[in-house]
Amino acid sequence: MEKRARFRSLWLPYALVAPQILITLVFFIWPAVQALWQSLLIQDAFGSSVEFVGLANFADLFHDPYYLKSFRVTAVFSIAVAFFGISIALLLAVMADRVVKGSAFYKTMLIWPYAVAPAVAAVLWLFMFSPSIGIIAWSLKHWFGYDWNHLLRGDQALWLVIGAAVWKQISYNFLFFLAGLQAIPKSLIEAAAIDGAGPLRRFAGIILPLLSPTLFFLLVVNVVYAFFDTFAIIDASTQGGPAKATEILVFKVFNDGFRGLDLGGSAAQSVILMAIVIALTVIQFKFVEKKVHY
Amino acid sequence: MKLRNLFLLLALPLSGTAFAATEIQWWHSMTGALGDRVNSMAERFNQSQSEFKVMPVFKGNYDESMAAMVAATRAGNAPDVIQIFEVGTATMMAASGDEGGKKKSVVKPVYEVMAMGGQKFDPKAYVPAVSSYYTDSKGRMLSLPFNSSTPVFYYSKDAFKKAGLDPNKPPLTWAEVAADAEKLKASGASCVFTTGWQSWVQLENASAWHDQPFATKSNGFGGLDTKLVFNGPFQVKHIGMLADWQKKGLFTYGGRKNEPEAMFFNGECAMLTSSSAAYGNIKKNAKFDFAVSPLPYHADVKGAPRNTIIGGASLWVMAGKTPEKYKGIARFFNFISQPELQAEWHQATGYLPITKAAYDLTKQQGYYEKNPGTDISVLQMTSKTPTDNSRGIRLGNFVQIRNIIDEELESVWSGKKTAKQALDEAVERGNEQLRKFEKANK
Repeated sequence: MEKRARFRSLWLPYALVAPQILITLVFFIWPAVQALWQSLLIQDAFGSSVEFVGLANFADLFHDPYYLKSFRVTAVFSIAVAFFGISIALLLAVMADRVVKGSAFYKTMLIWPYAVAPAVAAVLWLFMFSPSIGIIAWSLKHWFGYDWNHLLRGDQALWLVIGAAVWKQISYNFLFFLAGLQAIPKSLIEAAAIDGAGPLRRFAGIILPLLSPTLFFLLVVNVVYAFFDTFAIIDASTQGGPAKATEILVFKVFNDGFRGLDLGGSAAQSVILMAIVIALTVIQFKFVEKKVHY
Repeated sequence: MKLRNLFLLLALPLSGTAFAATEIQWWHSMTGALGDRVNSMAERFNQSQSEFKVMPVFKGNYDESMAAMVAATRAGNAPDVIQIFEVGTATMMAASGDEGGKKKSVVKPVYEVMAMGGQKFDPKAYVPAVSSYYTDSKGRMLSLPFNSSTPVFYYSKDAFKKAGLDPNKPPLTWAEVAADAEKLKASGASCVFTTGWQSWVQLENASAWHDQPFATKSNGFGGLDTKLVFNGPFQVKHIGMLADWQKKGLFTYGGRKNEPEAMFFNGECAMLTSSSAAYGNIKKNAKFDFAVSPLPYHADVKGAPRNTIIGGASLWVMAGKTPEKYKGIARFFNFISQPELQAEWHQATGYLPITKAAYDLTKQQGYYEKNPGTDISVLQMTSKTPTDNSRGIRLGNFVQIRNIIDEELESVWSGKKTAKQALDEAVERGNEQLRKFEKANK
């Protein structure tokens, strides 16, 4: 017995999916095709002198050692943001799930940063760590003798933007983990406890596997977040500096395209970025998803 | 019928000039008090006549506004007038369309607008050091200078006193700065000297100030096939000196833009080189006695000091509008170039006056005597005729080139590269950007 609903009309199903297809075409496919086409052109800012150059824009990029360095920076940045964002959120969610008194308060406070715009988050962190007026930079120097100057130290600047990006994303991850935790039947955990499993054993043996769909979803979302949504953080805090230490790929696309008005080079970079994200998503769905229990 | 007539009669004074007036869209990037000034300029123009109505629109910072204009132009909705920062000048000039004539022009040069508007227009009335920046190779003004500034030297008189230095004797040469810096450091200053806008002040202006080329072909004024040459012995020595100071704790790097200004006015740093337009902000915030003096120079360089060059923005008129609009724009440009308006703008903001008459008027009013140091920026730019090395800098992809310079200078301050290595590298990477721009705009 087939329970699927069938449309007798020929046009109705198409009409129903048409809005979604239209949106996808207008906002995703069309810009992507535009980017592909523009990456093959060299043109001035206003498009009044356009020349087809084939793959010259791509060749330029791969001859640029700084572009290749940007890949390394992006890899470090994305892995750090996804790793810390997910693990800290998981820790907080497990803790918040066990709190009995005032749990609503904790949860609200933990979700709060999500309402902060990325650029604002970056500015907050920038103020705290500002080498001359920042309270944390000052404390580090006076109490621990640690000299914080992210204007010159590339490694510190990278940690600063990772910090801001993670802080902003923890709330989002926290929300999903908390929902995932609350969906785990208490009876399972109690049964394990009666069988003598300690908190860590219960976490590794029951909670984590049951959370794996959430974990997988967040992994995909966080990688995409680190690749695309973080450019406002970089723009408002370090502008890719010092000496390109925090220049991630998406920031370079934005900077070259909108600030520098080099549309061909910027389009070529976004095509490469698109290819990377497609590849990463395919890998995640092909290999990581197999380890997920639904 | 009578009632309607009465109604119209009533409505007429209320609506003012809105019926017949030709509207002129003006995109700008001035915030806060500066934005209020822009609005008041437009408001006063609108009240002075009834044919035209200038509508100022804040379109975000310079980058954002320029990107919005590019997108709007591509979509056929360009504004009538837009304020563009100096690093965007080459892009706009390349879009003026008059060189070669192959391309469709996007920009309507100001000299043409003024001719169309039938307005009296004397390019010589403008301060040459300012207007030459926006003038083409045939001496025609392509855009109207609006807000221009130049780097000057600020120092804390209180810190000088504490270090046993004469607070009324500012250091005029870099050697004197070094000597004073040692004493300031010995007196316990945590930051002795810092600079805002490092590329603009310590490379672009330092080169012009010492009559040294920054790029070939008169710093890019002579054509798109210009090459960067700021890795010459002079610049290497100057940056090398700052790197040496950094090691000795005499120079503190505070950021690429105007962040170091805050380090000066919060009392952390004793000396600062930055834009003359920072004056207002410093005056408002500094809780100590400070003074302004000319940008220091190296006494051993022949021909120094020459003149410094400008930063800031100018007003560009877009192509493809009706003759009626151009007439209105011409009248508006003449209106805002009046000495009274310019003098007011100059005194309130610290930006340079764009006409000589405005400078003279300010002098007559006794403003410079009451506010010592505020005329230094003007004198620094006008006391000598600019040479090919000091007229200004006009480079394509200048945004990227400044970025590259910032990056390379940062690697000098952090000790990763020597001044020579970094400047060589910056020149090489910058030249790639120039070739790219040349290719895209031929």
